[in-house]
Amino acid sequence: MFRRRADLPFDHDATAAFLPAMIAMMVFLATLALSGALVLDNLLDRWNRDIKGTLTVQVVPTDTNPNSKTTAQRIEKTIRLLEETPGVLRARALSEDELAALIEPWLGSTDLIADLPLPNLIDVTISDAQPPDLIALSERLKKEIPGASVDDHRIWLSRVIRLADGLSMLARSVMVLIGLAAAVAVIYATRAGLAIHRSSIEILHLVGARDGYIARQYALRALWLGVQGAVIGFGLATPVLIGLGAMAKTLQGGLLAEVSFGPSHWIALGAVPVAAAGLAMIAAFLTVLRTLSRML
Amino acid sequence: MGGHGAHWTRSPPRAIVSPMRSDRVLSDRSKLPSTEIVRFEGVGLRYGQGAEVLQDISFTLNSGGVYFLTGDSGAGKSSLLSLMYLARRPTRGRIEMFGIDTTRMSHAMLPRVRRRIGVVFQDFRLLDHLSTLDNVALPLRVAGVKESEIARHVPELLNWVGLGGAIKSKPPLLSGGEKQRVAIARAVINRPDLLLADEPTGNVDDRIAQRLMHLFIELNRLGTTVVVATHNEPLIKRFGFPRLHLSEGGLTLQPATRSKPAAEV
Repeated sequence: MFRRRADLPFDHDATAAFLPAMIAMMVFLATLALSGALVLDNLLDRWNRDIKGTLTVQVVPTDTNPNSKTTAQRIEKTIRLLEETPGVLRARALSEDELAALIEPWLGSTDLIADLPLPNLIDVTISDAQPPDLIALSERLKKEIPGASVDDHRIWLSRVIRLADGLSMLARSVMVLIGLAAAVAVIYATRAGLAIHRSSIEILHLVGARDGYIARQYALRALWLGVQGAVIGFGLATPVLIGLGAMAKTLQGGLLAEVSFGPSHWIALGAVPVAAAGLAMIAAFLTVLRTLSRML
Repeated sequence: MGGHGAHWTRSPPRAIVSPMRSDRVLSDRSKLPSTEIVRFEGVGLRYGQGAEVLQDISFTLNSGGVYFLTGDSGAGKSSLLSLMYLARRPTRGRIEMFGIDTTRMSHAMLPRVRRRIGVVFQDFRLLDHLSTLDNVALPLRVAGVKESEIARHVPELLNWVGLGGAIKSKPPLLSGGEKQRVAIARAVINRPDLLLADEPTGNVDDRIAQRLMHLFIELNRLGTTVVVATHNEPLIKRFGFPRLHLSEGGLTLQPATRSKPAAEV
């Protein structure tokens, strides 16, 4: 389909080797970048689910008597602060009985528990749609109420989510940059091709060829070279992804559980070579049209 | 003149008699009244910052004529032709082709006008990677003519110019004379309104030169206006068509010595 007779002597120009090699590299890198973004999206989705719903704030007693007036005031202050925080729906201090029931499975008798200096816990219900910034909340609590802190695991996970969000954005930015670099390379290769074939293009013009006729030939040529490069690049990336997936499986459990790709992920990854070939075709077409519009 | 059955049949093929252009409807133009086909008004041309190679050129060509364009080497014959086939724009002045002001014409309009002009270049300007058939078919392909039509008419025209046996040959394998016939076939396949031939007799002997002229006259009878740039004096005298003579950048008309003049300066 793409290798039909061309009016321009494309077989004799250097872009035949350069473009597929360049597009293969771009597709390889873009596929890895996208797969990284997809893995991060998976993990983010799961982690975000983990921190949805409720969280716990603990207020450590500052004196030996957990029921002292000072501690009670700090709990009240903490609840007020929590209720003022955007994204917090409700905050309620757990009663002594509820606390005892929570640790009974580990410590047994409630009599023993009654003698322990247990921290006071506040059960916080948070909005799923607009959860509070846990790191900011933690810092505010630490600053304003001595001994009050948000559940450590949540804070840590929140920090990991923030990092993963950044990495996901970075992976997407890398993909965009790879796409731009590929487009620029195609544009320069096409311009070089136009310079090489200038005399042939002049002949086509003089026999009445429209710019679109010539541009289509370049576009089909770029598509064909792009498909070759994209197949090579994707072919190289696929075993790398499968290998990484196999290595990730050995780490399954905890944070890295469920990082394998499903069909929708493979479809998204399969779109990379298709997009690369399409990008090469469109970039070539527009470059030729633009350049020829300046010729007579 | 080449080893591919070098003979030209007398009657032109259907490809020439029945034009295949898809972009306009043509009647038998040999019966149409004469109309102004080329008009130059005060045209000047210079390359870069150099002196003008053409100065204040003004003339008109009417349809249906055959004209010689003469002048010494370097007089500007090829430059004048290139202005006519729209390969360059004049530095000053105004050029009308088929009633269209080409000096103000948009880029998008160029192909429509160019498809009405056939050009035989002095150096042939064939595409070396294409076969003889594909070279000749080029004007039809760019005009969107169906491949079935091309497959029927192009071999017919190549037979007419004696290249029926060289349909698949590529230009590097052809002799100079054969290349020239391919160039001529490419120029006339679309049955142009105006045929411009730049020194077509420059590299051939007198016998071939005369046959070429008879071919052009045959095309002219079918309604194509022909301009032949040459400095072959015996040929000019023998056929006696009106002469556009370039000298020191200027142009003068020398009327026909045998037929009715069709150009005005």
